[in-house]
Amino acid sequence: MAEVVIRGVDKAFKDTQAVSGLDLEIRDGEFVVLLGPTGAGKTTTLRLVAGLEKPDAGTIHIGGRDVTRLDPASRDVAFVFQQYSLYPHLTVFENLAFPLRSPARRLPEDQIRRRVEDVAKLVRIHHKLENKSTKLSGGEMQRVAIGRALVRKPSIFLMDEPLSSLDAKLRGDLRLELKRIQTELGATVLYVTHDQIEAMTMADRIGILAEGHLVQIGTPREVYTEPATLHVAARLGQPAINLLPVGLLPDGGAPAGAITVGARTEHLTIERSANGHADGRVDWVEHLGDQNHLHVTLADRKLITLTDTDTPLRKGDPVTIRLRSPLFFDGEGNRIRGGVNT
Amino acid sequence: MSASAHSVIEPSATSKRVAGAIVILYAVITMIPLFWIIATSFKTPPDSIAYPPKVVFTPSIEGYCNLFTTRTRQTAEYIQSLPPATNFCDETTRKRNMVIAGQSNFLPRFVNSLIIAFGSTFCAVFLGTLTAYGFSRFKVPLADDLLFFILSTRMMPPIAVAIPIYLMYRELGLSDTALGMILLYTAVNVSLAVWLLKGFIDEIPREYEEAAMIDGYSRLQSFWKVVLPQATTGIAATAIFCLIFAWNEYAFAALLTSGTAQTAPPFIPTIIGEGGQDWPAVAAGTTIFLVPILVFTILLRKQLLRGITFGAVRK
Repeated sequence: MAEVVIRGVDKAFKDTQAVSGLDLEIRDGEFVVLLGPTGAGKTTTLRLVAGLEKPDAGTIHIGGRDVTRLDPASRDVAFVFQQYSLYPHLTVFENLAFPLRSPARRLPEDQIRRRVEDVAKLVRIHHKLENKSTKLSGGEMQRVAIGRALVRKPSIFLMDEPLSSLDAKLRGDLRLELKRIQTELGATVLYVTHDQIEAMTMADRIGILAEGHLVQIGTPREVYTEPATLHVAARLGQPAINLLPVGLLPDGGAPAGAITVGARTEHLTIERSANGHADGRVDWVEHLGDQNHLHVTLADRKLITLTDTDTPLRKGDPVTIRLRSPLFFDGEGNRIRGGVNT
Repeated sequence: MSASAHSVIEPSATSKRVAGAIVILYAVITMIPLFWIIATSFKTPPDSIAYPPKVVFTPSIEGYCNLFTTRTRQTAEYIQSLPPATNFCDETTRKRNMVIAGQSNFLPRFVNSLIIAFGSTFCAVFLGTLTAYGFSRFKVPLADDLLFFILSTRMMPPIAVAIPIYLMYRELGLSDTALGMILLYTAVNVSLAVWLLKGFIDEIPREYEEAAMIDGYSRLQSFWKVVLPQATTGIAATAIFCLIFAWNEYAFAALLTSGTAQTAPPFIPTIIGEGGQDWPAVAAGTTIFLVPILVFTILLRKQLLRGITFGAVRK
């Protein structure tokens, strides 16, 4: 394992700037998740680190070694793809052994067998080693793909939405398993996803990418509670943060320059109005089982927050809405710190 | 499957039977000439020209004897003076007042056909695979124009360029050489091979090679270890198409080969001339000529079937 340092990396495809001025440091043994929508440059970043793409500018160091111009084969990284990850003409064993049989390594067969069996146990696929890789379920395939990355003990694992092609239950299981394996091995991981739950649960640090820029990087807690921009705030939290113009609700003192108020569930107090004054009206109570989404119409805006399953609010109820230490953003979408203290 | 018995898209038993009958009828009609040739090859020369044609006849391998030998007419006294015939061919030949003079050219011509057809198929598929991979995976400048140019070589009948090729081959000393024929058939087939194989290789996701390259393999090694094994279907289908063309080609073979490099197709008709209308020998030559392509196609029939759908069906 080793640390990875990306400095000022640019990459364009024809007239699309996929990554611009990217600076990112991944410490040894750290699990960094890049989160962003499609086209934000997440996958390009991974491919740049892997050597599948060459940067237009900037440098990439892995374990102190400048690998910017090196071939993928000589970088000692492992890559887990979103899909198509197993060689269909090989068995599970052969798939796992494939990196160890490469000309770059060429281990003796008995060592290969031992390593493959160890890793197969780690990813819990050892009972299917002789199966054709096409005869596995989606979850098993992805476990083998992760195993194929683990078998080599590379300096860094690069994972490109490895769980996104799986169904929800498997995704949940593998998420835990992946984190367990990473902790056990102390592996350095750069993981790309657009799923905020994966990011929040697995990451040591989350990097938010937008249009090729790294907007913010920090621990899941930091990125969630102290988003640097509107964009970051909008990426995290379920339901998504409510964005309202300043002044629509009494906020008790927005800082100067604030244009937009961002309010998640924890920033809102919603009660049935008692004195005839109402800020809004309950539009809909959406039952999700373990929790409810409360949809409220506020002037011409809609608010969505979480509420208890035993909420007394019903459709059509007038409500008063109060903000509690919400987030403020200026006209550019940048967060204004400080603000109200109530 | 009992679940599909009530399916709305499953054809009914009657329509299945009708469809089956049509297929069998069509197969029988198309195979009649084939049966006729095989039957003729086992007739005696008088039986082969009998009218009305004999459907039931005593099989004989005289046609095969005549195919592989040359014979000379001799007097009855000379034939009497010979030691007793040792095999069937000697015997039948002598009955017709002839003796076997030596081996015919059929075997060397047949071997020429094998060398030229398989040689050119190998070259066309080898070049086609590499070219198709290049077009599929790399940014080739003017790729579309180049591909169109490659395809355009098939747009006229090859025989349209027969005269320039004849003159070129004469100048280059390639006339009547196996090398010349291999080059020619490769040139004709390579465009087909490139287009067919590009379709197949395009369907192999490039993630496989990228994974292999990250796993420590060079591009060529990952092509060999990861792309080729997955392209076998396409390669087999392409090989059959190329082989069928090269094996059956008549016009260029007749024009450019006459002696040492002559292939079977222009040779077989010449058998007719040797000692009267020897139809059984011609039919025997044709029957043997069918065998290699039949064996090759049967060996690769699964790939061919999948190849015809151009990789549209993936598991």
